[in-house]
Amino acid sequence: MQNRFPLWKNLLILIIFMFGIVYALPNLYGDDPSVQVSSTRDTQVAQQQADQVESAIKAAGFDIKSIEFKDGRVLVRFNNTDDQLQAADLLRDKLGSDYTVALNLAPATPDWLQALGADAMYLGLDLRGGVHFLLEVDMDAAVKQAEERYTEDVRLALRGAKIHYQSVSKDKGYIKVKLKSTDEKEALLTLLNKDFRSLDLTEPNAQDEVWLKIAEIEIREIKKFAVAQNMTTLRNRVNELGVAEPVIQQQGENRIVVQLPGVQDTARAKEILGTTATLEYRLVDVEHDVQKAVKGMVPVGSRLYYDKNGNPILLDRRIIVTGDQIVDASSGLDQDGQPSVSITLNGVGAAKMGKVTQANIGRPMAVVFIEYKSETRMVNGQKVVRKEKTEQVISVATIRDAFSKRFQTTGLDSPQEARNLALLLRAGALAAPVDIVEERTVGPSLGQDNIDKGMMSVMVGFVLVLVFMALYYRLFGMVANIALAFNVVILVAILSMLQATLTLPGIAGIVLTVGMSVDANVLIFERIREEIRNGNTPQSSIFLGYEKAFSTIFDSNLTTLLTAVMLFVFGTGSVKGFAVTLSIGILTSMFTATVGSRMIINWIYGNRRVEKLSI
Amino acid sequence: MLKQNIDFLGRRKIALIVSCILLVVSIASLAVRGLQLGIDFTGGTLVEVGYPQSADLAAVRGALNEAGFGDATVQHYGTTKDVLIRLKPQEGISNEELSVKVLEAVNKNTAEPAQLRRVEFVGPQVGDELAQDGGLALLFSMIGILIYVAWRFEYKFALGSVAALVHDVIITLGFFSVLGLEFDSTVLAAILALIGYSLNDTIVVFDRIRENFRKFRKGTPEEIMNASLNETLSRTILTSFTVVLVLLALVFLGGAIIHNFSIALLFGVFVGTYSSVFVASALALTWGVNAEDLMIPVKEGADIDHLP
Repeated sequence: MQNRFPLWKNLLILIIFMFGIVYALPNLYGDDPSVQVSSTRDTQVAQQQADQVESAIKAAGFDIKSIEFKDGRVLVRFNNTDDQLQAADLLRDKLGSDYTVALNLAPATPDWLQALGADAMYLGLDLRGGVHFLLEVDMDAAVKQAEERYTEDVRLALRGAKIHYQSVSKDKGYIKVKLKSTDEKEALLTLLNKDFRSLDLTEPNAQDEVWLKIAEIEIREIKKFAVAQNMTTLRNRVNELGVAEPVIQQQGENRIVVQLPGVQDTARAKEILGTTATLEYRLVDVEHDVQKAVKGMVPVGSRLYYDKNGNPILLDRRIIVTGDQIVDASSGLDQDGQPSVSITLNGVGAAKMGKVTQANIGRPMAVVFIEYKSETRMVNGQKVVRKEKTEQVISVATIRDAFSKRFQTTGLDSPQEARNLALLLRAGALAAPVDIVEERTVGPSLGQDNIDKGMMSVMVGFVLVLVFMALYYRLFGMVANIALAFNVVILVAILSMLQATLTLPGIAGIVLTVGMSVDANVLIFERIREEIRNGNTPQSSIFLGYEKAFSTIFDSNLTTLLTAVMLFVFGTGSVKGFAVTLSIGILTSMFTATVGSRMIINWIYGNRRVEKLSI
Repeated sequence: MLKQNIDFLGRRKIALIVSCILLVVSIASLAVRGLQLGIDFTGGTLVEVGYPQSADLAAVRGALNEAGFGDATVQHYGTTKDVLIRLKPQEGISNEELSVKVLEAVNKNTAEPAQLRRVEFVGPQVGDELAQDGGLALLFSMIGILIYVAWRFEYKFALGSVAALVHDVIITLGFFSVLGLEFDSTVLAAILALIGYSLNDTIVVFDRIRENFRKFRKGTPEEIMNASLNETLSRTILTSFTVVLVLLALVFLGGAIIHNFSIALLFGVFVGTYSSVFVASALALTWGVNAEDLMIPVKEGADIDHLP
């Protein structure tokens, strides 16, 4: 008999619907205003600190919803934002600078849903408020810096090899070496081929000259490194800012997106992102007593520093190399499989490092990390800009051997520590300058407005369509409405599973999908009416209606999908969000409008004698 | 249900004149007035502030003038409590400080400080790329459609549908130009969505034309196409109506940020519906679509009832 689905098909559709409901469900629970405590250093928050947080909050008499300790972070949920803000201030005072206290909107998804991997959609900045920056790394400057480094390196190498040159100069992307006499050209070429493989050689007509150009591959590396380095630096800064779920991503070849949800004070955010850092390698002063120095008797040639655990350490006043002489730092494993950090210096740094290490084998050497922050504070109604310099010893290692250009720091406790050290070294190295090329800030009140308005228009648009369909197509219209509702549920479920970011244009995409997904059912129902007019029986009219409308639905939706995909490929930011909801909406609506509505129609009319259809 | 029989294609000359007038007006307006491009395209800074009461625009302007932002445009946004301040890309002052300075200037003389609702800064280089990417998206969508429709249907249909899309895009752009509505990245998205919608409509009509060409061996192409348009008319009206319903909800309730987006789509639905009948189909007919173009070469008699 026609108009019946086999059991497996019914079951499959129902299972998909059930999945849709479960995965869409988290979005109904909303968010809890909460405070997140994490460590600013590599150590995780320990149980002890978690207890401290809990007791501090309880002592202050805050009414909390729950407190969780997970993945080395503490998350405290509150009933309202007032409590949240006050508690955050309290915790900031109590915990000090080693911990980041961030305001967060934690999804209030129940545990059983989380266990199934169901999470709510992530709200975009236009809905939750926050700051979005698009930064552009100045690639030309990065390349120029590299050219300068190479020029210096070549000069030093020539001096080292006792090749007499008249000049080594930078000119229009070339490093031009002019020799005193052509006799030494052979030696020069040998040296360049041996030590400067990353430079392309050209020999101009003048016999005493060689022109060098940084190879294409090397330039690509320099650019990649410039972006990576800036991202590392930004990540460090953002951690300091206390943002719960920051996004720092590369976009295109030379841009970095930074999104800071919940941050309202853009001026401060910009200040912190713009902090500069450098570092210094110094010898450790092993001759004098540290404890005496702590008491105030610092030897003349030394300075007192502290490491990250607050232990004092005496260092030589003279600097060996500074951050701008570091070309690269990366973590990895040494020959023995132990975690290590490999560091590359430029020519000037290498020469100095070589000299110092040769004379000091066996002595420890320390790395000092220095940050310059500027902070604007209101003092008596006046804005005061305070420049602050913080210094900290981040690594101490014994010099085992004389080294210069490339060396390794070993004896690190864990790969984690190696990674962190490499990150800090890179952050302190000379970074290519960045510009903010786009900024979008959305205040919290506007975010809430946008959510309210978006939801309102979805609801109203949806209800209008439901009423119209029910009036126009009666029973079939009701079926279409059920299909439409499931379309929205499945669409939301898929967006949640993909952890897509919901933006205002995204909501508009959902609304539009609601309007357009009716189309498939309209096509089918109009066809059924037509078949009835042509004198077909109700049963075969249903069958033919669905059958004949399908190719139309398929063709028309596929072409629409085509444009949605183009929108996604070429669009940016919120336009992409719109394209994602539209694309998925097209696919889900095809499913619910054809298969879903058919199932219900089959239940109602299938397998029995029907005189008249309610259409 | 009443069976309509409207001679759409007989009136294609009138439609041609109407479309030509609309296109000429649009192109002329685009050439003379241009589009009121948003900062997404031009670059610049936009600051939206909210006041507890209705805001006095003159006072805000005065305060900005005093602070040296003479070229700022100030207007209400959505409600009278919200004020939108736009600044052209500034020379000499760093973008980082601009929004802070603007807020400071605005709040200097008011008793109740305005609340910062939104800041957007777009560098000029980003704006250029957006326009370029938008243009590319349009171009590639059109090419994709051309290929797909030519493959599934016939190349005259493909040309007809793409011509209809170009028609829709130009007239919608013209609409924005004539009314001086702001054209930002959301409107660009709306225009691309509109292409999808208009095409959807066109394909539905084409699909029926193809089916009828295969079914009826008699009748001129014009008669068959007219019959097809009439058969799909109720669907065309119904679907457009439901889309208009939700768009009205977006226009009136969606808030100021997506207002122009919704307006673009709303206008586009009307143009898109019109164009699938009077531009896409009419052009395909003018270029001489006939039954042979749409016959399935091998499977003769595929239209025979395939009921069990």
